[in-house]
Amino acid sequence: MTIPAGWQVDIGLEIHAQLKTTSKIFSGASTQFGQLPNSQASVIDLGMPGVLPAVNGVVFEKAVRFGLGVGGRINRESRFDRKNYFYPDLPKGYQITQMDQPIVVGGSVTIDLPDGSTKLIALTRAHLEEDAGKSIHDRKPNYTGIDLNRAGTPLLEIVSEPQLKSPEEAVSYARVIHQLLTYLEICDGNMAEGSLRFDANVSVRRINDEALGVRSEIKNLNSFRFLDQAINFEISRQVETLNAGETLSQDTRLFDPDQLETRPMRSKETATDYRYFPEPDLLPVVLSERYIDEINKEMPELPQVRTQRYHSAFALPLADAQLLAQDRRLADFFDETVAKTQTPKTTANWIKGDLLARLNEASLTIAESPVTSEQLAELITMVDQDTISGKIAKDVFGALWEGRTTSASAYVHEHQLEQVSDQSALEPLIASLLKEHPKQADDLKAGKDKLMGFFVGKVMQATQGKANPKQVNDLIRGKIDQR
Amino acid sequence: MTRPFSSLSQLQSQLKDRSISATELTQLYLDRIEQLNPILNCYITVDEEHALERARAADQQLARGSGGPLTGLPISQKDIFCIKDTTTTAGSKMLANFRPPYSATCSTKLEQAGAITLGKTNMDEFAMGSSNETSFFGPVKNPWDLLRIPGGSSGGSAAAVAAGLCAASTGTDTGGSIRQPAAMCGLTGLKPTYGRISRWGMIAFASSLDQAGPMTRTAQDAALLLEHMAGYDPRDATSLDEPIPKYSQELSQPLSGLKIGVCRQFFSEGLDNAVETVIREAFKIFEQLGATLVDIELPNTPLSVSAYYVIAPAECSANLSRYDGVRFGHRCSDPKDLQDLYQRSRGEGFGNEVKKRILVGTFALSAGYYDAFYRRAQQVRRLIKNDFVEAFDHVDLIIGPTAPTPAFKIGEKVDNPVDMYLQDIFTISANLAGLPAMSIPAGQVEGLPVGLQLIGNYLQEGTLLRAGHQFQQATDWHQLTPDIEL
Repeated sequence: MTIPAGWQVDIGLEIHAQLKTTSKIFSGASTQFGQLPNSQASVIDLGMPGVLPAVNGVVFEKAVRFGLGVGGRINRESRFDRKNYFYPDLPKGYQITQMDQPIVVGGSVTIDLPDGSTKLIALTRAHLEEDAGKSIHDRKPNYTGIDLNRAGTPLLEIVSEPQLKSPEEAVSYARVIHQLLTYLEICDGNMAEGSLRFDANVSVRRINDEALGVRSEIKNLNSFRFLDQAINFEISRQVETLNAGETLSQDTRLFDPDQLETRPMRSKETATDYRYFPEPDLLPVVLSERYIDEINKEMPELPQVRTQRYHSAFALPLADAQLLAQDRRLADFFDETVAKTQTPKTTANWIKGDLLARLNEASLTIAESPVTSEQLAELITMVDQDTISGKIAKDVFGALWEGRTTSASAYVHEHQLEQVSDQSALEPLIASLLKEHPKQADDLKAGKDKLMGFFVGKVMQATQGKANPKQVNDLIRGKIDQR
Repeated sequence: MTRPFSSLSQLQSQLKDRSISATELTQLYLDRIEQLNPILNCYITVDEEHALERARAADQQLARGSGGPLTGLPISQKDIFCIKDTTTTAGSKMLANFRPPYSATCSTKLEQAGAITLGKTNMDEFAMGSSNETSFFGPVKNPWDLLRIPGGSSGGSAAAVAAGLCAASTGTDTGGSIRQPAAMCGLTGLKPTYGRISRWGMIAFASSLDQAGPMTRTAQDAALLLEHMAGYDPRDATSLDEPIPKYSQELSQPLSGLKIGVCRQFFSEGLDNAVETVIREAFKIFEQLGATLVDIELPNTPLSVSAYYVIAPAECSANLSRYDGVRFGHRCSDPKDLQDLYQRSRGEGFGNEVKKRILVGTFALSAGYYDAFYRRAQQVRRLIKNDFVEAFDHVDLIIGPTAPTPAFKIGEKVDNPVDMYLQDIFTISANLAGLPAMSIPAGQVEGLPVGLQLIGNYLQEGTLLRAGHQFQQATDWHQLTPDIEL
């Protein structure tokens, strides 16, 4: 969108990411999505009298991985707090979260701007908390159903500084965080299942105003498109209100994707005083240097760093580098293959060409690819070493994909597909072809270079494509020159 | 000593030599409950069938010479401990029909060791009270004087043991709720170090202060029960992963060389003169047993009650939010909307004392008041703890009165909350500091028991129990029983 002239926009995002764990943050109940309502709510998730939370240690590892990924500070001692409010899908009447001492402080990510430049966005913090259940209002008239399967699902809430200046920047930032979370296997990134949800804090101010404007918080946006639409609407609404000489009040809003507008939540749903205090049922979270070091050692190369490496060290075009680095498994596959072929460019072409095309066609992910990196590397190496022609290689790839063979070399050998590079085998063939087509041979000698293709084609035909085209070319040229 | 007033250790040997069967013993207590509970009101739930079934199983084990250390011993449990499929009310209308699908860790441990649970005892609603008058199920009478309160909040447990309606009981202590009723009913009551006993399944009042413990006739019995209640529990993050000493085997070590601190702040205004005389007499016994008395100061201890009445209500205001009428507990009839459901369910389900504390706690945590109240109270708590840490560099135990007065009359203090809250003036600091503390009978004033409080260093329950046991070898206050025979 274009920001209305004379105005600037400040956006900060709070991103709630469900952590990819098998059990909940404070109970052993499963976090699996889409199960029968309330079939995955333990007595702890139900907030029964006398029950206590016990933290699932996996969540710390994931939070630390995120903190390291964004270059934030990992608090050696963090703490859980209670956030108090009444709502039927919040069983205890408080949410266990982290207020004063979050596990991650600061950090930043780089986003790409439409003009090709980049921008650093600072993070305020990231903290651990439990998800609430779901209120279901549309099943039975006049009743609200409560499903507590989601209650207690671990969340990492990632808070940015209000440094995003447009809906595009906000979406770009949200995508970078999404990529990082999935890359680091912190979150499955499944937007349709609510694994990632956004709250957008939006305010506008006149170009020369120093202070931030009055903000609205748009809650619970669950797609990049809604994020974009909600912010767009909100900017127009706020600017129109101010242009009309009215004032804005700080409020909390919901986005209606049908009407494409945001509306204030009823004040009942927006408690103003959460009465935070330290959670007495849990001890402070103390992380040792060694624990953090161990996680650091296991950190993969991050997507943006990887893109740079592919672009500069491998000399891949930026678009190709980005394509290969965007998905961790794909990038791993590429790296594994290159390690064997030593030819990054050819390997990149094979992966983004034949392999991705086949995967897309079959709706498979790279992890499900029937062709392994070893198999592909062997195939590429055979081309590089002129053992087979590029054309034959495509057929061999097809055989590997369809499972007709498990090894390129075995297949080539079995079907005698090796390039014929044996000069003594090719020379008589070329000699007889020139004899059979004297006119064309004379014309070629006279400078009709097009006819080279004619003869090469004949040789390839006679050798069923197994001749090395370059070698054939050289041999024909030699014979012609001798005429 | 007549049988219903026998100690656990006496009953243990009688069960072993088969001079009485577990079934006979259980039936004896059940008969007394039937006769006396209508007068005392110390039980909320009695599960006769379950108790007799367990007794018969115990007899089979005893006949084979097998069974656990507590096999066949009939006890009661405060109705704050969840016991699977057994009504667990916490003394509240809110939970009058609540049957948990799980059991408190310490209740399970006691049963696994062989104890037989006769029933669940009356208590102040959600353990909020010092007189047992806030229970939805009515006040409990003190067996020593039926016009008087038994103390609280574990008043039902105290009255049940004192009147011989069980051999021992369990309690919880947030600000003195084991020790003060033990003192007022002439019992031994131990609040262990915070974290010594798992809080899993124990209905929360104030999580950072709540601690379960035994209520028994003797220190020896308390040692026996503690051995089977204590221990790390992965389901309670605040439980301590520390070995459990064999408390029972260390009781006879002499007290010579033991340094006992006497704190001036525990002899403050409000302490009844006659109680003070009893306590000072008790000091002499410890000197005769070889201990040395040392004067110490705990300068911040007088701030305990103020700090406590911010921290405990603040925690309870959150802990009790789960009683909203949505999933379990009392639900108002025909709510017209969500707000109505909340307001009437909670309004009808909670009694006045509980509501008062929820309001106080909500206020103390509110924006703009948090620093002045909650944060300040936590700072005071730290100072109180530091005083103790300093003191325990010089002494092994600290002794003083458990409560400022003997049991008062039912109704006497209900309209005077400050007076009521001052009942816990000597006990609260041990909760704020997380220290183990115990009350033992040390004398009487006009026929009413008086308790002596011993406070120990972290995890030094053994020292408390040893000092209590030796004191009980030298005195017979713990053997007195109220005149409440059939």
